[in-house]
Amino acid sequence: MDDFYREHILDHYRNPRNFGHLDTPTVTFEDRNPLCGDEIRIELLVDDTGCVADVRFSGKGCAISQAATSMLTESLRGQKLTDIAVLPKEQILDDLGVGMGITPARMKCALLGLKVVKSAVLGEIARWPDEE
Amino acid sequence: MSSYALSSPLASANNTVDLIRSNFPILHKPTSNGKRLVYLDSAASSQKPQVVIDRLVRYYSEENANIHRGVYELAERATQAFEDARETLRRFINAASSAEVIWTRNTTEAINLVASSWGRHNLKAGDAILLSALEHHSNLVPWQVLAAETGAELRFIPVTREGRHVLDNLDQLLNGAKLVALTQVSNTFGTITPLDQIVQHAKAAGAVVLIDGAQSLPHMRVDVQALGVDFFTASAHKMCGPTGIGFLWGKRALLEAMPPYMTGGDMISKVTYTESTYNELPWKFEAGTSNIADAIAFGTAIEYLEHIGMDWITQHEQELTRYALDRLFALEPRGLNIIGPTDMQARGGVISFTFADIHPHDLASLLSTDGVCIRAGHHCTMPLMHQMSLTATARASFYLYNDRDDVDVLLESLEKAARIFKIR
Repeated sequence: MDDFYREHILDHYRNPRNFGHLDTPTVTFEDRNPLCGDEIRIELLVDDTGCVADVRFSGKGCAISQAATSMLTESLRGQKLTDIAVLPKEQILDDLGVGMGITPARMKCALLGLKVVKSAVLGEIARWPDEE
Repeated sequence: MSSYALSSPLASANNTVDLIRSNFPILHKPTSNGKRLVYLDSAASSQKPQVVIDRLVRYYSEENANIHRGVYELAERATQAFEDARETLRRFINAASSAEVIWTRNTTEAINLVASSWGRHNLKAGDAILLSALEHHSNLVPWQVLAAETGAELRFIPVTREGRHVLDNLDQLLNGAKLVALTQVSNTFGTITPLDQIVQHAKAAGAVVLIDGAQSLPHMRVDVQALGVDFFTASAHKMCGPTGIGFLWGKRALLEAMPPYMTGGDMISKVTYTESTYNELPWKFEAGTSNIADAIAFGTAIEYLEHIGMDWITQHEQELTRYALDRLFALEPRGLNIIGPTDMQARGGVISFTFADIHPHDLASLLSTDGVCIRAGHHCTMPLMHQMSLTATARASFYLYNDRDDVDVLLESLEKAARIFKIR
């Protein structure tokens, strides 16, 4: 576990990217991991084509949850919501460099950001009018 | 019955802890990466000595039968062992009668029993329930539910930044209080509640007093009659006993007047299709087949603790906590922050701390690779953590089988975490 805390994770933990708030988000969602008290709030600005135009996150928690969310937000701009909704968890674990060796308890930390992003995206997609 | 190698009175301190450690098989099993297990989470659950494990096996191998029903010899032996354990517990806490000792699953169930049975029949709108700001969720949520049901008001004895009770307005807080429910030792900060003073004022105000003894009974001598309280609760698994068994002690007159908490078999005296009369104490509150094996092994755990000596355990933990605090204080310039009383007279063997900007959860993960088990999180005291502007702390807690080597490994591991997180 100690080799999980590599340079890039500590960098994202201490200098999170896209941290803060949007003035007029299209959709927001927040959730927590009751085990450790990690909290993540995600705010997305969605354009007319159903793609992410801008993103911010806020929250507090362990290095794993905060770094994973920071890295995830870096990859969201320009992506289709429908693609984000099916993002595999392996991508998060690859970005973190932790692989599947992570313990089940810490897996919840690693994937909290993805869970919140997907919840926001699915909530937004559910509001879209049915295509005829 | 003594499969543990200990002679009383105990000889030299180092030798004693080594002997005690030899009674706990799990402490000699290396972790998956080959480290010595440094178990510093006894406030969550203690390890079990071989005698307790053996007692469970013996019950299921040689004595298993349902109690209070069978007239055959095996059932009578099971019943006898079960009631003997109750008597052992009665003696341990110095209750006046074993009729006042009721088995529950744990402390939480014992508190729920009182809230549900005593509370619903004695509280009404306008009454107050007084707790402290330190309470575990198990001694908070049941009273929240009761307050919502009855219209009673919840009040709290405030605590300082050090986690110590502020008693300046105690009599004001007690005005109209029908119930005072307090933990004897805080699971989060280790604070020992100044019960002498609070109980005296609470009784003068006419309040019924319940003590959550989950964090005290494993570590110190408790005499429920000397405490002058009405209810006392604790769990076996934090005091060398099995999970799934705990108890409620209550004063007989209060218990007699309380309606049953759960109903069904074993708690009845006579049943017709339309109505029933209830069994006498303590079985009135023990509906259904009890946790027989674990109650019996709980009795063995108590005998084990008595054999070591509760005074020895208290003193050993105090010395170890002092040693750990001194070593942790040396890390203060690097951002280690101890939360809780620094006065040894006011605290037990629970140390809550944060370390620079390392999240406690990350710290617990890193320490785990060195075989060190600490707790990280809100410790089931979310309002308290919020009030102290903390989201989580790391917590190390000690018991009879911990020694200075454990503390030294903890410190080495903290140094390693500091290196990984580049804290100078």
